Amino acid sequence: MSAIAFFGALELGLVYAFVGLGVFLAFRVLDFPDLTVDGSLPLGAGVAAVAILASIDPWIATLMAAVAGSCAGLVTATLNQRFRILHLLASILTMIALFSVNLRIMGRPNVAILNQATIVTPFYDLGLQSYIVRPLFLAVLVAAGVILIGLFLTSEFGLAMRATGANPRMARAQGINTGFQVYVGMALSNALVAVAGALFAQTNGFADVTAGVGTIVIGLAAVIIGQTLFRFGGIWVALIGCVVGSIVYRVAIQFALAADFLGLKASDLNLVTAVLVALALILPRLRRGGLAA
Amino acid sequence: MIRVEGLSVVYARGTPLQKHALTRVSLTIRSGEFVSVIGSNGAGKSTLLGAVAGDVTPTAGRIEIDGRDVTRWSAAHRAGLVARVFQDPLAGSCGELTIEENLALAAARGTARGLRRALTAARRNLFRERLADLGLGLEMRLGDRMALLSGGQRQALALVMATIAPCSVLLLDEHTAALDPGMAEYVIELTRRVIGEQRLTALMVTHSMRQALDCGTRTVMLHEGEVVLDVEGTERAGLTVDALVDRFRRVRGQTIDDDELLME
Repeated sequence: MSAIAFFGALELGLVYAFVGLGVFLAFRVLDFPDLTVDGSLPLGAGVAAVAILASIDPWIATLMAAVAGSCAGLVTATLNQRFRILHLLASILTMIALFSVNLRIMGRPNVAILNQATIVTPFYDLGLQSYIVRPLFLAVLVAAGVILIGLFLTSEFGLAMRATGANPRMARAQGINTGFQVYVGMALSNALVAVAGALFAQTNGFADVTAGVGTIVIGLAAVIIGQTLFRFGGIWVALIGCVVGSIVYRVAIQFALAADFLGLKASDLNLVTAVLVALALILPRLRRGGLAA
Repeated sequence: MIRVEGLSVVYARGTPLQKHALTRVSLTIRSGEFVSVIGSNGAGKSTLLGAVAGDVTPTAGRIEIDGRDVTRWSAAHRAGLVARVFQDPLAGSCGELTIEENLALAAARGTARGLRRALTAARRNLFRERLADLGLGLEMRLGDRMALLSGGQRQALALVMATIAPCSVLLLDEHTAALDPGMAEYVIELTRRVIGEQRLTALMVTHSMRQALDCGTRTVMLHEGEVVLDVEGTERAGLTVDALVDRFRRVRGQTIDDDELLME
């Protein structure tokens, strides 16, 4: 694997670290299996791309993507909390709807922003190679994201959110409005995923309506790999695990695709991902002493 | 103070499985009273507790806590007034969170939760102090996950959690039923001490006649959704378990064949 390919994998891993963090919030903190993310990733990419094409400041465009993502999360939360639709189904409905919404927003399946100024543009003047600038810049953003989310989850409100997912009955007995917590958590989770989409569009120069397929599995892969690598520790370790997991996943995929003896093609990516996630789920169980029926 | 007026709860209303869990129950518990509630399975004990806590929606009647009509309040809304310890030791805390995180959740019960740090040095000191009172060595394990504790330790902690923030009413739902006898004894002692020290108004459901008479200032017996016995003071002080069973027979005019009621 070449250095450029490695930094490319690192860059993608850092972009998807936001997906990992978002999926961590929904799946692990709230215990809400949320497939909305398959729609909110291209939503974030599309909103950011269209906004940037309309000469809106790229930072504001990224913020707009986050707001759009949080709206998607709120729709799923409303379907689930207000109308009592099963969480998985509620999120699939939003995801399907978002495909049409994204096409409306973008106007066409693919929007290129190759020659536009993005949030990364100013940093290309630092004198470093662009393939190094991007992961460096993203690493700073991800670090800021981890710190903010960590502070949130160790606050009174964030702790209440963790209790909501871990033991809702206990949470209510402690005076926590669990419904409200789900709304906020889902909004936050999907905002993070939409930010990943916005970053993807800006670092790759395009937004594509099909870019979201399998987002949830990639996010889960990050969470699970992180959890496997860092088996002990509190919430901060878990958050850092999501980031490391996302990077490890991308680098591992890159290795697998680059290894000629495996004979894999780029189109095998989804299969490799599924096998990787399945392995990450099975391995800890094997280690714990065999597969009980 | 808890005032329950004409409280009725019907489960599965309008179906063949319809069940009257409580029928026009009226009960006033004065401030500082520690009431033990007994009755056989299906007598309505847990339903009564659930209705006061807000988990069970009454079919009719009203519930007042400290003069406030809370009948339509959600369980979360009532948490500022009501503290609870559940029967299942796993139900009252989050196993995935640490001891100190669980305590921080409880310390903020009934208050608005903002973005302040949940764990501060001051809070940790308070937690250590309260845990040291238990004599279980838990004050050294603030950062341990709750799931590492035994059922008895979790119930003891649940009691600390219930009483770490101010409350008007403490509800105990057979909170020693799932423990081994030694630990049950310990938790009951702790319960008595905490309620005595903080002069709490408490409602304790129990299966054990002995526990019902040994603890508290007043004993209420439920049968088939109605209050059939309500004793306190000297009348209660003179009661033995046998006499209580006898009273129960006389009131209902039937023999008791529920082994669990006669336990201990």
